[in-house]
Amino acid sequence: MRSVDASVRVLLRTWLRPGAVTAAQGLLIALLSLTTHVALFVLSLAALVLIPAFGVGFALFPVVTAGVRVCAGLHRRLARWGGVGMATPYLPAPAGAQFGTWRRFRWVVSDPATWRDLAWLLPGAVTGAVCLAAFALPLYGLEGLIGVPLVLHTFDVWYGYGPFWPVDHLVEALLCFPLGALLLAVGVAAGRWLVWLHVTFAGFFLPPTRSAELALRVRQLTVTRAETVDAQAAELRRIERDLHDGAQARLVALSMSIGLAEQLVRDDPEAVRRLLAEARETSGQALAELRGLVRGIHPPVLAERGLPGAVRALALAVPLPVDVTVDLPGRPAAPVESASYFAVAEALANVGKHSGATRAWVELRHTGDRLTVVVGDDGRGGAQATAGGGLAGTGRRLAAFDGTMTVTSPVGGPTVISMELPCELSSPRTSPSSGTG
Amino acid sequence: MRVVIAEDLALLRDGLTRILEAFGCQVVAAVDNGPSVLPALTAHRPDVAVIDVRLPPTFTDEGLQAAVRARAELPGLPVLVLSQHVEQLYARELLADRRGGVGYLLKDRVSHVDQFVDAVRRVAAGGTVMDPEVVAQLLARRAGAGPLDELTAREREVLGLMAEGRSNAAVAARLFVTEKAVDKHINSIFSKLRMPPSGDDNRRVLAVLAYLDGADTRRLPS
Repeated sequence: MRSVDASVRVLLRTWLRPGAVTAAQGLLIALLSLTTHVALFVLSLAALVLIPAFGVGFALFPVVTAGVRVCAGLHRRLARWGGVGMATPYLPAPAGAQFGTWRRFRWVVSDPATWRDLAWLLPGAVTGAVCLAAFALPLYGLEGLIGVPLVLHTFDVWYGYGPFWPVDHLVEALLCFPLGALLLAVGVAAGRWLVWLHVTFAGFFLPPTRSAELALRVRQLTVTRAETVDAQAAELRRIERDLHDGAQARLVALSMSIGLAEQLVRDDPEAVRRLLAEARETSGQALAELRGLVRGIHPPVLAERGLPGAVRALALAVPLPVDVTVDLPGRPAAPVESASYFAVAEALANVGKHSGATRAWVELRHTGDRLTVVVGDDGRGGAQATAGGGLAGTGRRLAAFDGTMTVTSPVGGPTVISMELPCELSSPRTSPSSGTG
Repeated sequence: MRVVIAEDLALLRDGLTRILEAFGCQVVAAVDNGPSVLPALTAHRPDVAVIDVRLPPTFTDEGLQAAVRARAELPGLPVLVLSQHVEQLYARELLADRRGGVGYLLKDRVSHVDQFVDAVRRVAAGGTVMDPEVVAQLLARRAGAGPLDELTAREREVLGLMAEGRSNAAVAARLFVTEKAVDKHINSIFSKLRMPPSGDDNRRVLAVLAYLDGADTRRLPS
């Protein structure tokens, strides 16, 4: 009895649930394709035709294209169902390209992705419409399987199912059961394949071309490089200013005190004592300033203990308990380590200042070729990476390493900031560990 | 008093040697790298070791590791650790064996020569000396939900000064109260932190350790 129960569960899990999901996907794709594609295609053509006619097309074509892009974007997202990831291929809009402007028209027309979308609309409608079978076939199979033909036959209604048209023997009505089961099986199996076909076909048109991909990449690299260079320069200026006004000035004062003491050593020992005490005071201040500066450049604890130890040290400085979980089989490259450290420092500083949390946690993980850093707290939420804020700065810093940051912070909490950085680890070291700070 | 020094910068090594010898200590060995620390300590069995955190060959925390290892192999060996920066993380590791005879100071403090030598002596005598900056970092932490919250502001102040390694008399002088009042505060601290009566020195170490652990009650001795 139990084994039957188990096999039913297996059937449900491996067969029926995915089957139902595929059927729903097929229905959605088919509805989308049938309703929007043809309309959008016709509108696009009309707008193109109207360009020489009245000039109305100039304004209209970009509007229709916006619709096409929404539709194509939807299919790009649906493509994940078929296991195909697709990036958005469009060139970014130039400044001042509102609807109705010539600039807008030129931007839309000069983007090859516009024409690739357009070329895909009708064939895509066909492959999309075919996906209806992924829904209809299992449904029809289900009809036979649950005995609708038998019921209708016994009530003497004129009715047909499958090859029996109409069903006029009891045997034929009974044969509808195995037939329905077969159709259901075929429908579910074929449905997955049909969705895959639609998505793969869209894959020829919708993703960016190789050159568009490279162009996008170049643009992103240009932006992040400019930001990195700016940030670096600003950082150097800050360090220069801090040294100039701080430690350097104090060392000058120090050498002056010592020089003066040298002059007075024979005549006024009491004044010399005062001067030396002053000198010691000044040297202490200079050292404290240098220490602060060094912490901001490259924290000593990071150099001494690597990322796990440095993050634990950070956790200790936060005024609430912080759970630190580390699973790093080796050491990330120094720049990645440093960027991650400052990201965690910024996130934890925010936790301490704004969150009102009672607990926080930090996770460091390396999976595949990515370093994942998660900082969370159970505070009041509502955190945002506002322009000019610390979190936005962190995001920019990570972008220089192709890293990403996502902030999830609904009002009422919890706040979770997760950061991902592509990086290799060096010198394998096996000690996944955790602790509380 | 016999001292072993581990410091890689010759200027500082000589400076430390000069200061300690000026105050009547005997520097029996002065090493300049991590791997030589432990052999020097086992060979000389000094009254106290003064060790820099960052030493060759790796220039990471060799000195600290050597200090912790030395105390594991020579239980109770008094160690004063010096560094350009202080970390609560390191303070905890040094105190983890709950034995006292531990100091952790910024190198800056060496310039107050008499106070520095005093700290060396207190560590050699089994006391615990934490840098005021470690203590300040702790005071900056907002209190969590632990037994430390039961302490009054005055008691926290007293505990902070104890962590810096000051004697009851010194605490009394600093807070402008009588030594008797300090005694009362300290007993109250011990009972609030639920420390059983035992040797006063050991209890002081445990109290400081509880202080370093902040709100985290799980690390308190049972």
